This record gives sequence, C-alpha cells and structure tokens, in this order.
Amino acid sequence: MITKRIIPCLDVKNGRVVKGVNFEGLQDVNSPVQLARFYTDCGADELVFYDITASAEGRSLFTDVLRETASRVFIPLTVGGGITTLDDFARVLNCGADKVSVNSGAIKNPALIGEAAKRYGDQCVVLSVDIKRVNGEFRVFARGGRDDTGLEALGWIERCVGSGAGEVVVNSIDTDGVRGGFDLELLRAVCERVKVPVVASGGAGSERDFVTLFKEAPQVSAGLAASIFHFMEVKIPELKRTLSENGICVRL
Amino acid sequence: MTAIIEYGVGNLFSLKCSLNAIGEESVVTGDADAILKADRVILPGVGAFSDACAKLRGSGLDRAVYAAADSGKPLLGICLGMQLLFERSFEYGEYSGLGLLKGEIVPMRGRIPAGIAIPQIGWNQLKKTKESRILSNTREGEYVYFVHSFFAEGCEPSLAATTEYGINMTAAVELENVCGCQFHPEKSGSAGLDILRAFCAMEGR
Repeated sequence: MITKRIIPCLDVKNGRVVKGVNFEGLQDVNSPVQLARFYTDCGADELVFYDITASAEGRSLFTDVLRETASRVFIPLTVGGGITTLDDFARVLNCGADKVSVNSGAIKNPALIGEAAKRYGDQCVVLSVDIKRVNGEFRVFARGGRDDTGLEALGWIERCVGSGAGEVVVNSIDTDGVRGGFDLELLRAVCERVKVPVVASGGAGSERDFVTLFKEAPQVSAGLAASIFHFMEVKIPELKRTLSENGICVRL
Repeated sequence: MTAIIEYGVGNLFSLKCSLNAIGEESVVTGDADAILKADRVILPGVGAFSDACAKLRGSGLDRAVYAAADSGKPLLGICLGMQLLFERSFEYGEYSGLGLLKGEIVPMRGRIPAGIAIPQIGWNQLKKTKESRILSNTREGEYVYFVHSFFAEGCEPSLAATTEYGINMTAAVELENVCGCQFHPEKSGSAGLDILRAFCAMEGR
C-alpha cells in the first residue's frame, strides 16, 4: 500500500531558512542543508523549499543551497516561489529539484503548466493554489494569498490538471495559521474533481489534525506544514507512529 | 566506474550525487566509448516513452545500451529507463522499446481500481518475487519512492519485486546482467542507496 506522505516546508530567503529554531544537535538553525538533513533523518517523506527571495542575488544563493542540499539529501525535493517561466524550471531542476511548484506564475501565464509538463513530464509539475471562500465559492488568490483573482478554484484546478499538473497542493487561506485542522470540506471537493495526488496544506496544529485529515479525507495523499514542525510542536517520528497506530499507512 | 547515460532526458544531478555518496565513481556521458569502457551502466529517464526512445535512438546511444547488455556488464534502467528495456509501450500510442526484457508498458488508467490517484507519487513497499542481486541488501517490505503513471506487465521471468497500488505492479526486474527499478533509488533515502550499492557490487559476466 502506498503511504501517506508527511512534508515539511522550508521558507528560504537569501539562501537562509526563515523561522529557524533550535533543534538539538543543529549548529546552524538557519542552514537549509542542515535542516533538510535533520528532517530526512526524522522520517520526512519529501521536502519543499519555498524561495521567498525577490532579488537576483537571493535567487542565486537559493540555487547554491539547493544544489548543496540535493547532493547530500536523497529524498524528493520540491521547489516553489517565483516560478514564472520555463527558464525558472530549468534553473531549479538543474540544481537537483525533482518537482517544481507553480502558483501565481500559472495564473499570470496559464500556458506555463502545459509547456513545462511537455518538456519535463507531468510528474515534475506541481500546481500550488491558495484558496479562500468568497461569497460561498472557493476562490483562487494570488501573490501569497493577497489578491483575489476572481477565478473559481475547483474549475481552475481541473483546468491545470488537464494541462499537465501531476500533483496539486491545496492551501486553504481560511484555515492557514488558525491551527484548528486542515480544510476538509475544500480538500474533499478537490479530490472529487481531480485524480492526481492532492497535498493538504494550511491549518495543521497537532498530530490529531493529521489523523483526522487522512481518516476524514482518505483520498488526500499528503499533509504539508511548516511552523508546527519547525517549532517542534509536532515531531515527525511521533506523528508517524500516531498515524500508524490509527491504522494509517505511513513509512516507518 | 559507472556510466550514467546522458541522452537529453531528465535530471541526472541527484543520481550522480547518490553514487558519489556511496563512494562509486561515475560519469554522466553521451559518449558511446565512455559507456563501453565503464564497469557498469545506468540508463535513467523521466518523461514520455516515445520521446525518450526517439532521443535514445536519434543519438545512436541505443547501440551503446545493446553493446553494454551484450558485453555482460551490469545495466540498470531507472524509472522510464527501466521501461525502455522492455519490448513495447502503450503510452499514448504503441511504440517499440529496446526489447532486452520480455514485457510491455501499460497505463494504470483502467487497470487499477477507480478512486486511486494517478500518477502514483510516493513511498510504497517492495514485495520480492524472487532472489535477485539488485535487492540483495534490501529487506522485504522496504519503502522506496515511486513516481509513474505506466507500469511493466507480463515481465516474468525478470520480475524481482512488485509493489501494491490497487494491484500488484512491477517494481524491480533482473535477468542476468540487466536490471531495472520502476522507483527512484536515488530518491529513496538510505534504502535507495543500499540498492545502488548492490548494483555497484554486481560483477559483470
């Protein structure tokens, strides 16, 4: 049986992890390479590096750390943040990324997903969507959740998957940061519309939220979170044991 | 020394790094002589079957793969590289493969129960179906990382391990010196490195 994946997400700015914290044994809490190794040893199933740098210098620092991480960490790496062209795909894939996550870039240029999937394969293209309820419908937001695009989210996701997105990360703005659990209603609605793997993001506050996610929305393939892992509020080895004890198949 | 065949398909950075991590010297090359001089050969690949096969044949490197297989040196196909070793593929049409192994590549769609996501992306367990050298360091039930929408069918006697994704599907194959993994050993953590170690310990004929 395929296992449910647990994915920590690291925000990287100018080549350094933002919100680094004191893990025991980590000398440099802001080092992407050290944190990536730490999470790999903890049993993380994949890692997401999200580049929140705006400058060209920051971008090249990012690819440096990506290359160093990929040369020492042998689990799948997804890279997102500022991906707007095929050249951006090439830039991060050549440094060892396995999958590339596109968000605002696909909204600005809807052909990007199709072109990238044709060149690199569907498995490489991850659609990431920030979604918020507006007037009773799920709406796509752009620029880190700041701008309402007016796009209806389920239709948008279906269209992008039709163009070649091989996986979808669903980030609920309504539950993000609240730590009251994942947005099950939204996730179920997305899983009904598309057959590709769906990754839940936004809202995890405890181990229990992951158990609920995989029990109540069993079609969801993975749970992604950032700060609860960074601040050790949820420890991945314990989380995986809890999931396993609750009959959810995980890699132990 | 391992030659990783470069034919314009996919990203070979991680594969090279993973060999480096187990102390195996390697070269990423599209040069037939370098491939034939190596002790063992890896045929990688991601993307579409027809496209990859056309690139391999277009570059003439299909002949280097045949020569490597004939010479008896260990040959490992990874992911799409494994699929290319078979007779034919039904990925968006019908295309002939290298035919080094018996079997064909078929879509998951229509063959696995509805409601299971396609592609398979994630960690799944290996079930060994025979003794093999490639999985000699690998425990039964080990988790490895898969990313695929098509799989090899009818590939006994090379079948070495399956994985369960709605149905039992081919995960690893081995017939004499020719072996393949549907999963990515270079992305399967320490379990994957063990499999690469086993490959690098294989003796040629």
